[in-house]
Amino acid sequence: MFLYNLTLQAPNAINQAILGNFSGTRQQELIVSHVSRIELLRPDTTTGKVHSILSHDVFGVIRSLAAFRLTGASKDYIVIGSDSGRIVILEYNPVKNVFEKVHQETFGKSGCRRIVPGQYLAVDPKGRAVMIGSVEKQKLVYILNRDIAARLTIGSPLEAHKSHTIVQYCTGVDVGFENPIFACLEVDYTEADQDPTGEAYRETEKMLTYYELDLGLNHVVRKWSDAVDRRSNMLVAVPGGTDGPSGVLVCSENYITYKHIGAATLTVPIPRRKDPLENKKRGLLIVSGVVHKMKSEEGDLYKVTIDYTGDTVNEIKIKYFDTVSVAAGLCILKSGFLFVASEFGNHQFYQFGKLGDDDDTPEYSSNDFIPKDDGTLDVTVYFKPRPLENLLLVDELASMSPLTDAKVLNLTDEDTPQIYALCGRGPRSTMRILRHGLEVTEMAVSPLPANPTAVWTTRLTADDLYDQYIIVSFSNATLVLSIGETVEEVTDTGFLATTPTIAVQQLGQDALLQIYPQGIRHIRANRQVTEWRAPGGRQIVRAATNSQQVVIALTGGELVYFEVDESGNLSESNVRREMSGNVTCLSIQPLPVGRRRVRFLAVGCDDNTVRILSLDTSNILEPLSMQALSAIPESLVMIDMPDQITAGSLTTLYLNIGLQNGVLLRTVLEQNTGQLSDTRTRFLGARSVKLFELNMAGNPAVLALSSRPWLSYQMQSRIHLNPLSYEALEFAASFTSEQCLEGVVAIAGNALKIFTIEKFGQVFNETPIPLSYTPRRFVVNPVHKSIAIIESDHQTYSTLEKKKKLKELGFEAEEEEELDPVVFGHSRSTPGKWASLIRVINPVTGETTFTLELEQNEAAFSVAILNFAVEAGDMFLAVGTAADMTLAPKSLSSGFIHIYKFINDGMALELVHKTPVDEVPHALLHFQGRLLAGVGKTLRIYDLGKRKLLRKCENRSLPNCIVTLHNQGGRIVIGDVQESVHYASYVAADNKLVVFADDKAPRWISCSAMIDYDTVAAGDKFGNFFVNRLPQKLSQEIDEDEAGSKSVGKGYLHGAAHKLDLMAHYHVGDILTSLTKTSFVAGGREMILYTSFMGGVGIFIPFQTKEDIDFFQTLEMHMRNEMPPLAGRDHLSYRGYHVPVKGTVDGDMCEQYNLLSGDKKRQIAEELDRTPAEIQKKIEDMRIRAI
Amino acid sequence: MDRANLNSQLEHLQSKYVGTGHADTSKYEWGVNQARDTYASYVGHYPMMSYFALAENESIARVKFNITEKMVQPCGPPPERRD
Repeated sequence: MFLYNLTLQAPNAINQAILGNFSGTRQQELIVSHVSRIELLRPDTTTGKVHSILSHDVFGVIRSLAAFRLTGASKDYIVIGSDSGRIVILEYNPVKNVFEKVHQETFGKSGCRRIVPGQYLAVDPKGRAVMIGSVEKQKLVYILNRDIAARLTIGSPLEAHKSHTIVQYCTGVDVGFENPIFACLEVDYTEADQDPTGEAYRETEKMLTYYELDLGLNHVVRKWSDAVDRRSNMLVAVPGGTDGPSGVLVCSENYITYKHIGAATLTVPIPRRKDPLENKKRGLLIVSGVVHKMKSEEGDLYKVTIDYTGDTVNEIKIKYFDTVSVAAGLCILKSGFLFVASEFGNHQFYQFGKLGDDDDTPEYSSNDFIPKDDGTLDVTVYFKPRPLENLLLVDELASMSPLTDAKVLNLTDEDTPQIYALCGRGPRSTMRILRHGLEVTEMAVSPLPANPTAVWTTRLTADDLYDQYIIVSFSNATLVLSIGETVEEVTDTGFLATTPTIAVQQLGQDALLQIYPQGIRHIRANRQVTEWRAPGGRQIVRAATNSQQVVIALTGGELVYFEVDESGNLSESNVRREMSGNVTCLSIQPLPVGRRRVRFLAVGCDDNTVRILSLDTSNILEPLSMQALSAIPESLVMIDMPDQITAGSLTTLYLNIGLQNGVLLRTVLEQNTGQLSDTRTRFLGARSVKLFELNMAGNPAVLALSSRPWLSYQMQSRIHLNPLSYEALEFAASFTSEQCLEGVVAIAGNALKIFTIEKFGQVFNETPIPLSYTPRRFVVNPVHKSIAIIESDHQTYSTLEKKKKLKELGFEAEEEEELDPVVFGHSRSTPGKWASLIRVINPVTGETTFTLELEQNEAAFSVAILNFAVEAGDMFLAVGTAADMTLAPKSLSSGFIHIYKFINDGMALELVHKTPVDEVPHALLHFQGRLLAGVGKTLRIYDLGKRKLLRKCENRSLPNCIVTLHNQGGRIVIGDVQESVHYASYVAADNKLVVFADDKAPRWISCSAMIDYDTVAAGDKFGNFFVNRLPQKLSQEIDEDEAGSKSVGKGYLHGAAHKLDLMAHYHVGDILTSLTKTSFVAGGREMILYTSFMGGVGIFIPFQTKEDIDFFQTLEMHMRNEMPPLAGRDHLSYRGYHVPVKGTVDGDMCEQYNLLSGDKKRQIAEELDRTPAEIQKKIEDMRIRAI
Repeated sequence: MDRANLNSQLEHLQSKYVGTGHADTSKYEWGVNQARDTYASYVGHYPMMSYFALAENESIARVKFNITEKMVQPCGPPPERRD
């Protein structure tokens, strides 16, 4: 077995977000890190939308990001702290749209180690130095400068190590142009490690330490150190130099302190939410902050004002601002926007409506609070949370993180299966139904009197910015609609209304052209009409136009060519050409700006050919090349796509051919010779393919209409071909208006539809269904096609508990207006308290048809669908729960297995009974008409009894805790939380469960799936994927051995008698949460689809030939050499993070081949004995096979 | 290689790489180093921290803070020294 890994949707959780002018323009941009991927986002301040400009996989762990700018420069550089043991400085090149590595300095071992820097980054606000620190001991300072050629230089590292010291946070202090200072929050554990009484540990202080880089002496000194609260977690630098008083704000639990050398300490409490259910003992942490805005762990945003004169701070004031989601990163743009990178769930982009100056929210000042002698502050102040008042949500970036479970199913009977994914946490949780396709925003739908056959849009003059007319053709009429405030019919346009239309074109400077079966109407701006009549008895069947050239095909296959002459008249060329068959389609090359003529015409004929003809004046309509096809061509479009990697204005001309058998071909047309080469083929659907040229995201794109619409567009140096999540369309045209710059107008049935596509590059579009608590698992009822979800939240009041508690405290539930939990979260309870429910969803309507909230502090952890042999007619749901569970140390009062019966056609549940068990049942499975349950480390078979489940069989030999269960026939695959997978068989004769094989290595299983009878694929908590297989011979022996003596055997190495073989091993970089063996394309090959915790979706495709394996392995090897990962991590050691890579090729790495320069592409291609185009085609084929 | 040189090399390693063991490493030291290494690795791997945060229903920043705090004394106070 050999696998090819491809990411279909990269994880979209953000762990770092920075702001800067990375393009070197005045516009501020964002750079976010998705752990192993770095992405540049450009907010459009006029529309408030955030666009993804570039996303690059770095094959490493990005732990910290910082932006800096050299003094006097206008462009920001990016520093990356990663797991590579290197500091890397990147620059964004806006022309080529790539990140370029400027510097890479090695300082230590790779990996996220205790003393290897990379965890913390702090830059001097003036861009003179950067500090990179580790969790313990090591800190290095690099001096940044520029050389004579104004290039960035980096000095050798200066050490600021302090052993036995744990670092909590680092930041650069703004000191203007004095020596750069870095502030760190540190704890020294030397004393605590030596003192058995624990006294020293209690007295250990957390220190705020200033490290000064002496630029004159070129070394780093500890300049100043001051004790702060032990519960301090964060520092925020205060502007200095000419902009402010300098210093830092130390954020501690419950209060914020201002500190600086020689300055008075000022302290102000962090206001807490007024909530009757608040746990007063629990502190409140600030989790992220930038100057003037701080963010608590509940998601509340505070405004912090520092009042100062000269260098002295008089007071600091704090005030509640608004509530958004808890952020991993917070960026305030100068243009008045706020980007919130959420820890979990969608990221938001807000606009500041007000600054929160003039409302009645109480403001607290440091002058009113005197800290105790030890510097701590023990007061609590409150605010009343309210819906957004100062911020306005303008855009959202989808994030499926955390994705806890997913399945690939086709419950709604569509062309392709859907992915059902459980996403999010607490009240913001959703079940998202992912469909392969780009999201479409419908702008307008208007019914027409009859079924139209075609639609066009046109401008009136060459200078118009927007389209003015929509022209709709019916089988015997033409309708002209004018685009204004509303779309209205107009009659005095010069268009012939009593005939169908073949083509419409804005011609020359200000004329319009209508081509209809009997002739061509040339309509001048003064409504003067010139007609060209088709010769007697013959009709125009096809036409191709640009604003200077017109070609028509007459019945019988004759081509006539026209050109606009100097006086604006349409003059017919004296050359005509007879084609070998009837012309089925025509396309003319798009006219570049400023040119009067293009060279190529493509003609498709019913003899299954496409020919390229010349339009040069010297050899008009001379054939240049020909391509034979598998079916009659239905439609042709030629477009110029920019070649982004070779910077400049180079473009490649592509000919797209839609065939009547539903196949789309894309061929490169050589600009010099007119030869066709490098054909890519893709089957789109059952209907013949019609093609239309569009403009999408500033580049030309092709819309292909078959049994569903597809869009072929270029993004980040790759041509993408994705379906649209929209109904089948008959005809389409691009649509540009003031409201909608890049729209599409299309015909579906008798309706005219206008829509836009915004989220390019997102392979899946989502339909969310809201949930109440963090979803854990779900199952599908195969008979009624309903979905049952279990949701559980720790530290949360259940609805009942909340009511009870409020009553106890003397509040009536009605008294308090309920805050929307989706915004503010549920009231936090104490550890060991749970809220949990079981929900049934109808996937077709997306409605919740049934919910049942668990009482008595029970939380659900596992779920299974089953039918019992004793009651074969009914479907049952088994739910494994635990009561009064605490996480650390792990304890519970009792576990339970609930049995529910599906009623109301599977849309509701009815409790049958509850069976207490001794441990948490983490895995349940239907097994031969009975229930197989993993209860802690015990595997049991239960049967349905009248009052309880009846224990039938048990095996206690599993090591820790059973988390996953699968079976095929009598073979059971068990995943242990810590000890990898075990194979067991059920020996019916003896009523025994026998574990006969296990893995050679310990692995912390997070999900698993049986690929076939002998093979299991699984993911672990460290982000690895692996495949284990039972040797075939052994498998047969065990199946033949009915008595079970062979299976039991003698234990080997403290485990089962036999061991599994490792077939593949690969570090994905994110915790896998589900694995499914599926086929995504109708009739396509089977593959393994995985979802990961941070919201990623990817696949493993098995290779079929040895040649392919060799090819991709060699390509991967060359890619490692030619394009080493951006963050400095070695690719091979990243993919083999814990165990060396085995049997897997990294397709994401191979796809970066497209990003190489032409020279390198050729160089690698030569080594592989192929052409670059062949390699690119092979890479694309792998992706097409998958999706 | 002579013994003195070996010793000095070992000492160099021990001072450079925190947690390098020696002949007299006690069980407590071993445990403390292992715990600190583990916690440092958790802090570095963001997916891991968010996994914990989801299970505990805490914010990721709180989980990171707790873990970093635990690094100061991960295994309780050291045992009494027996001479």
